Amino acid sequence: MSSPEGPLKQTPLNAVHRQMGAKMVPFGGWDMPVQYRGILEEHRAVRGAAGLFDVSHMGEVEFRGPAALEALQRLTSNDASRLQVGQVHYSALTTEAGTFVDDLTVYKFADDRYMVTVNASNIEKDVAWMRGHTRGHVEVRDLSDETALLALQGPRAAEILQKLTPLDLSAIKYYWFAQGKVLGQDAVVSRTGYTGEDGFEIYVKPQHAARLWNALLEAGRPLGLLPCGLGARDTLRLEAKMALYGNDIDDQHTVLEADLGWILKLEKGEFIGRDALARQKAEGVRRKLVGFEMIGRGIARSHYPILKDGRPIGQVTSGSPAPWLGKNIGLGYVAVEHSAIGTEFDVVIRDQPVRARVVQTPFYKRKR
Amino acid sequence: MYPADLKYTKEHEWIKVEGDRGRVGITHHAQSALGDVVFVELPRVGRRLKQMETFGVVESVKAVSDLYCPASGEVVEVNTALEGKPELVNKDCYGAGWMIVVKIAEPKELNTLMDAQAYEAYLAAEGSH
Repeated sequence: MSSPEGPLKQTPLNAVHRQMGAKMVPFGGWDMPVQYRGILEEHRAVRGAAGLFDVSHMGEVEFRGPAALEALQRLTSNDASRLQVGQVHYSALTTEAGTFVDDLTVYKFADDRYMVTVNASNIEKDVAWMRGHTRGHVEVRDLSDETALLALQGPRAAEILQKLTPLDLSAIKYYWFAQGKVLGQDAVVSRTGYTGEDGFEIYVKPQHAARLWNALLEAGRPLGLLPCGLGARDTLRLEAKMALYGNDIDDQHTVLEADLGWILKLEKGEFIGRDALARQKAEGVRRKLVGFEMIGRGIARSHYPILKDGRPIGQVTSGSPAPWLGKNIGLGYVAVEHSAIGTEFDVVIRDQPVRARVVQTPFYKRKR
Repeated sequence: MYPADLKYTKEHEWIKVEGDRGRVGITHHAQSALGDVVFVELPRVGRRLKQMETFGVVESVKAVSDLYCPASGEVVEVNTALEGKPELVNKDCYGAGWMIVVKIAEPKELNTLMDAQAYEAYLAAEGSH
C-alpha cells in the first residue's frame, strides 16, 4: 500500500501499541501494529478464542437529513431501503463503470441518520465523492477523527465483552448493532467483523479507546484473548474470502467481476454504475475473482501472473499461507472460462509455474 | 544474540567456518524482522555460488526475502528439515535453522564480512535511520 506524503497518522492507541511492544509498520498512511507476538499465533487465537484489533484508522461518515436514504441509494449498490434501524449491511460505493470507489458497511441509526464505515486509505477520496454526488437535504459528515474503533473477534468475544457492558449482547444478531454503555461510556456495538468469526466492532470516542483496550485485554486474557495486528487481520479475512480494497477490489474491476453479486440490487432503482452493471449482468463477465489453493509447493503473492497451459489468463490479487487451514491460498482475477471450481492453472512464482486449483469459497467458514 | 565465532553480511546472513566449509543461515535480527517463517527455498547440492549471489528465498507470512551467500563455493549440504519445519529458522537461527553448507572457494573473501561487533554496530546504525 502506498503511503501518501507527510507524516504517518496515528490512532488514539498508538502509544499503547508501542508500549506493549507491537511491531509497527506504515499502512495506507497510518502507523499501525502489524503484529504483537506473531501473526500465526494471533490468527489461531482469533479462530480458537479471541483477538483484539485496533482498527481506528477506518473512516466513519455520517449521512444525516431527510434525504439520507436517497443519497445512499444513489451512491451504493446494495439496497439500503431494506435496512431496519439497528441493522448493518455490506455494500459498494460504485463508479459509473460499476467498479469500486470503495467497499463499505452501512449502519441505519434512524430514518434520517445512517453511518458508513470506509477504508482508511480512501477516507478523503470517499468523502469528496459522496459530497460530489449527493443532492438535497442531507449532510455528509466525516466522523473519522472523532471515532475510535476496536474489533473484538473470535468465538469467545461475546463472553469477554459482556463483562464490560449492560447491553444484552445475545440480543444483537450478526450484522446488527446496538447503542449503549461500554465501561460506562457511550458506544456503538456492532456484531460485525473482518475475520470470518463471531465478534464485535466497538465504536467509541478516541479519549476512551485506551481504557477500553486495556479493559478488554484484562477481561479476555484468562480466556485466551490476544492483542492482534494487521498481519493476522489480513490472513483471517483472506481465509474468510473477504475482499481487501486495493488488492481484490478497486476502480478497475466491477462488483460482478469481484463475484459480489449479492451486494448488487439492480431492482432497487437508479444508482451510480447501475447501467454498466445491468449491461454486464446481461452479457456476462469476462473475468472473475476466484479463490484457489496451491497444489505445488509455493506461496502465491499479489501481482503474480496466472497461466493456463503457459498462456496468461490473469493475476493474483491476494495470497498467503492460511494458518488455520494449513495450506497456501489466494484470490485472483482469471478469464471466466477458467473460473470453474476444480479448474487447475499455474501461478508464476519466481519465474516458475506452480500448480493451483480453483476451490469453493470462503476457504474457511465457522460453525454457527 | 550475535555469536562471536560467526561472520556476518549486510544482508543479515551468517557464516560459520568449519575447516574448508562454511555453514550459512540468517541472523537473529533477520528472523525477528521477518516474523513467522513459513517457507524456505534452498538450492540443490552441487550448485556453485559466487559471494553474495542469491541462493534461495525465505518467506514469512507477509514478506518474501532473498538469501545471499556470504562466500563463494559449491553447495555441499542443504538443510532439508526446513521444508517441513520452516519455523526452525525462528526458533534456532544459529543451530537447527541453518540453511546450507558451502565448500569455501576463496577464503580471502571472508575478510570482507563483518564480525559480531561490527555487525551489531551496523544494526544500530541501520536502526537509527
